[in-house]
Amino acid sequence: MFNNINIALVPLLPLASSILLGLFGRKYIKNAAGIIGTAALLVSAVLSAYIAYEYFFVAGKIDNVYQPIIAMQYNWLQFTPSLSINLGIIIDPISVMMMVVVTFVSLMVHVFSLGYMKGEERYATYYAYLSLFTFSMLGLVISTNIFQTYMFWELVGVSSYLLIGYYFQKPSAVSAAKKAFIVTRFADLGFLIGILILAFHAETLDFQTLIQRLTDANSTQFASSASSTFLGVSALTWGLTLVFMGGAGKSAMFPLHVWLPDAMEGPTPVSALIHAATMVVAGVYLVARLFPIFSFDGAALTVVTYVGAFSALFAAIIACTQTDIKRVLAYSTMSQIGFMMFALGVSGYGGENGLGYMAAMFHLFTHAFFKSLLFLGAGAVIHLVHSNDMNDMGGLRKLMPITHISFLIACFAIAGIPPFAGFFSKEEILLSAFHANTLVYGVALLTSGLTAFYMFRLYFSIFWQKDTEVHDSHGEGPWAMKLPLIILGALALLAGFVPFSSLVTADGMPLETHIDIAFSAAPVLLAAAGILLAMRLYKKANETPAKIALALGGLYHAAYRKFYIDEVYAFVTKKIIFNLIGRPAAWFDKHIVDGLMNAMASVTAAFAGLIKGLQSGKVQQYALYFFGGIVTLTILIIYWW
Amino acid sequence: MNLYWLLILPTITAFALLLGNNLKQVRMIAFGGALLQMVLAFILLFAFWQQRSAGNTAPMLFENNLSWFAPLHINFHTGVDGISVAMIMLTSFVVLSAVLVSWKMDMQYKTFFFLLIFLSIGAYGFFMSLDVFTLFFFLEIAVIPKFMLIGVWGSGKKEYSAMKLALMLMAGSALVFVGLMGLYFNTADTSGAHSFDLMQIAQMHIPVEAQMIFFPFAFVGFGIFTALFPFHTWVPDGHSSAPTAASMFLAGISMKLGGYGCLRVATFLMPDAAHAYSWIIILLSTIAIIYGAFATMMQKDLKYINAYSSVSHCGFVLLGIGMLTETSITGAVMQMVSHGLMTALFFAAIGMIYSRTHTRMVAQLGGLLKIMPFISTVFVIAGLCSLGLPGFSGFVAEMTVFMGSWQNPDTLYRLATILACASIVVTAVYILRAVGSTVMGPVTDEHYNALTDAGWYEKLAAIILIAGIVAIGIAPFWLNQLIAPVAATILKK
Repeated sequence: MFNNINIALVPLLPLASSILLGLFGRKYIKNAAGIIGTAALLVSAVLSAYIAYEYFFVAGKIDNVYQPIIAMQYNWLQFTPSLSINLGIIIDPISVMMMVVVTFVSLMVHVFSLGYMKGEERYATYYAYLSLFTFSMLGLVISTNIFQTYMFWELVGVSSYLLIGYYFQKPSAVSAAKKAFIVTRFADLGFLIGILILAFHAETLDFQTLIQRLTDANSTQFASSASSTFLGVSALTWGLTLVFMGGAGKSAMFPLHVWLPDAMEGPTPVSALIHAATMVVAGVYLVARLFPIFSFDGAALTVVTYVGAFSALFAAIIACTQTDIKRVLAYSTMSQIGFMMFALGVSGYGGENGLGYMAAMFHLFTHAFFKSLLFLGAGAVIHLVHSNDMNDMGGLRKLMPITHISFLIACFAIAGIPPFAGFFSKEEILLSAFHANTLVYGVALLTSGLTAFYMFRLYFSIFWQKDTEVHDSHGEGPWAMKLPLIILGALALLAGFVPFSSLVTADGMPLETHIDIAFSAAPVLLAAAGILLAMRLYKKANETPAKIALALGGLYHAAYRKFYIDEVYAFVTKKIIFNLIGRPAAWFDKHIVDGLMNAMASVTAAFAGLIKGLQSGKVQQYALYFFGGIVTLTILIIYWW
Repeated sequence: MNLYWLLILPTITAFALLLGNNLKQVRMIAFGGALLQMVLAFILLFAFWQQRSAGNTAPMLFENNLSWFAPLHINFHTGVDGISVAMIMLTSFVVLSAVLVSWKMDMQYKTFFFLLIFLSIGAYGFFMSLDVFTLFFFLEIAVIPKFMLIGVWGSGKKEYSAMKLALMLMAGSALVFVGLMGLYFNTADTSGAHSFDLMQIAQMHIPVEAQMIFFPFAFVGFGIFTALFPFHTWVPDGHSSAPTAASMFLAGISMKLGGYGCLRVATFLMPDAAHAYSWIIILLSTIAIIYGAFATMMQKDLKYINAYSSVSHCGFVLLGIGMLTETSITGAVMQMVSHGLMTALFFAAIGMIYSRTHTRMVAQLGGLLKIMPFISTVFVIAGLCSLGLPGFSGFVAEMTVFMGSWQNPDTLYRLATILACASIVVTAVYILRAVGSTVMGPVTDEHYNALTDAGWYEKLAAIILIAGIVAIGIAPFWLNQLIAPVAATILKK
């Protein structure tokens, strides 16, 4: 029913373009690099749209339930008879949805970069990395095997490293890339151990079998995972929580979020692709993939809920104080992903209870469009102003009308104003939280208001306020940059009307949803209030924001300094890991361990020095030793027998 | 196929190059010989596959058994199984690229290439020996030339390092020898004759008390070669003073002699003791892994970084062996192959950088990616392989070790596995620090701008090693199929 070659081509085309550009781009096809990469992605995107159509509307349903389909599978590495890495492609609602999102946003970014990165010295390398990332991300979402996910997870991490460090001569870019990789690596350690635990008990690495065994209360595997405990917590909860730790690292959840704001050192289109729409939602995707097991284990799900809710609020507060426009967007991303996380956390598995799951996926879907639009818009602005700081901007609406309008649409979408895309998905999230957990609902509501406020603070500071002197008169940029903005703008406006709840749900069955005006009133009014407040404060340049900041004093300062989390990390790594572990280890090795070896050598040498006199060459002495030896032996023998 | 070709060919090469008149001739002979070695290794691989797929299930293939010294039952018994084939492949890759990176060797080049090729005889002989005495003989052949390679062509405090390396490896050999003697005198078939034959000893049951005494000798002795904590201190000094090709050989192959010996002699022949001492092995190897990683983090010299990281990576080999599960042993052997290729590549890249910038200090380097993109890319690839990126061999090997180790449900073993896993984070830290400040960042010295990128011979050397790394990383199943059945046999005893 599906043509498997078509499905395999979706990830393989970007891989091919990446290899081609990586090997030959520098010398032979530099100028065509962008076109080659974009063309490959275009085919991928068209194919995945076709697959989505086939799956959702033609062939995916059996008995009114969307069935997962294993399109292909290949035994890659056999660990033990029961544990093996099988590389394969799974086609189910979330993987198809992700394939569409990833290829589409990546295509937009490829097109945008044609203009944005034009004339860069390492133009071909850039496209090679971009395609490599797309391949890895697609490999991640189509995984049939948890270890396959882990492999592509790491590949995604390294592509992100390469892209953040693209401007490799800038020390800040190098250290940001390093930080992103190491922090996520640390989180991946949790993921890896989680896999080991789950695989040991479930005796499989295959997602479907894993889920089947660990959600069946009668299976021996479930019994073993639930009964063996460590520190009073069951192995199942440990496994899931550790896997979630990996997800939290990639998805920049507190306290593993520190890499995301710094990752903005990469070229802006990269941030739009990786740090807004695709890689950072990998954690959400991972929890969604294992959701049947998570929904079976309340403890792990509670962790997901609170980490998500806390991150949402925490990031929103910081976003209100930052002045680097990309960092504001980075914190906003973190906050929105927090929404998706806690939506999963409060969700149940099937039917009405599965609302949270659906809402999280829906928000992931809409967020991908409006957030990548925001980043690309920011990219266009930076392209013109040559600065990331909102203090250097203002009044740009006249200079860049298309950017302005699309940015505004995206701001409405993220603020949750109807009928923009974000409204619909956020509404479902709030509804699911409302039914499940009042505290989380309160946090979500507050965060919604803050979101509207900081987004419009950003919007007014860039496009209104004072007028900016722009020296470069290349205007808004080439069509390659404007076209993606227009397309994404249209999607940010319309994506909310996709009948998502009948397509992507936890149990594959359609879910009835409707918008309840009484329920929607509170968040929408709150968002409107946030917008008005931002307008009052930032539409015209004035002293009030500074005064408010002063009045808030320490609180403002703490938020501005991102609640000192970076300082805590610096303390732990520099002072504790380097000075208290690394340095002593190196010292110990050089002086104690090696010292012992040297001492052994010296003792041997000294001993040799002592006894070398014995071999004097004097026959009389030898005769004496000989005689003495015989006497000693004789005495010994006589007395011992 | 006759395995003796793998000994005859390098011998002919070694003596033929003595007849060369100038560097050009000598290096061409060395290159041709090394290339033929690789061809032979591939022929061996295919012949092996052919036999296996034809249903030949004998534990050892291509056996030859010549009596060497009959009164002591010493035989020149050779043969290969999957593990030996993998190690022979590794050797041929490393030797060829080591010859290539020494292309511009200008000092006493004849002796240099002679010793380099001579070393390979030791390695091939070692990996194909089925007689423990012969095996020991070849182990010694692979030690002495290194003393000269470091002492004569080395840099820095080369005399000290050469002496240290030779003494510690000799001490290791002495321990191994005691272990082998212990084995020999505890073998006696019905006729009362002793045996050095690996396969025969494996059939007998060595008394447990004797195993408990002689296992530590054999294991620690071989362990010294593969940087067993706390006998690893020859590694940093030895590597850092050695010329590039010697470093590649030393880390790429010599350290693997130890791992191979620990597995093939100590664990295979004395399984009861291996189980009894397993916790000690795990303890020491876990220390090596984590402590080696932290010590690496503080190094400032690229060669020291790679040397200490080798201590950490070779810890995975010993950990895999100590865990005594089929998967973990398979992982250990994979790690030997993977680390051999990767560390050779790393040393090659460091050598290329050093020969141009004349410094190996991280602080003095910077921005090389712009000036020498090829060398820098090689450096980054070696780094990424070292930190276990999927697609390269390191990932496959480490994950197999972890998977295998986790099959031991004991708390101590679990803890060791977690610590070993944690080292991948530390590895990322030191690799990215090294990569970040040598090839990335601003150019630190404007003289560097005039430097040239790799020559064809250096490119070829790197490509050969990268091809091996990627072949394992992308398609690990073929290596797995070579090794896993042997791991099963080793444990079945």
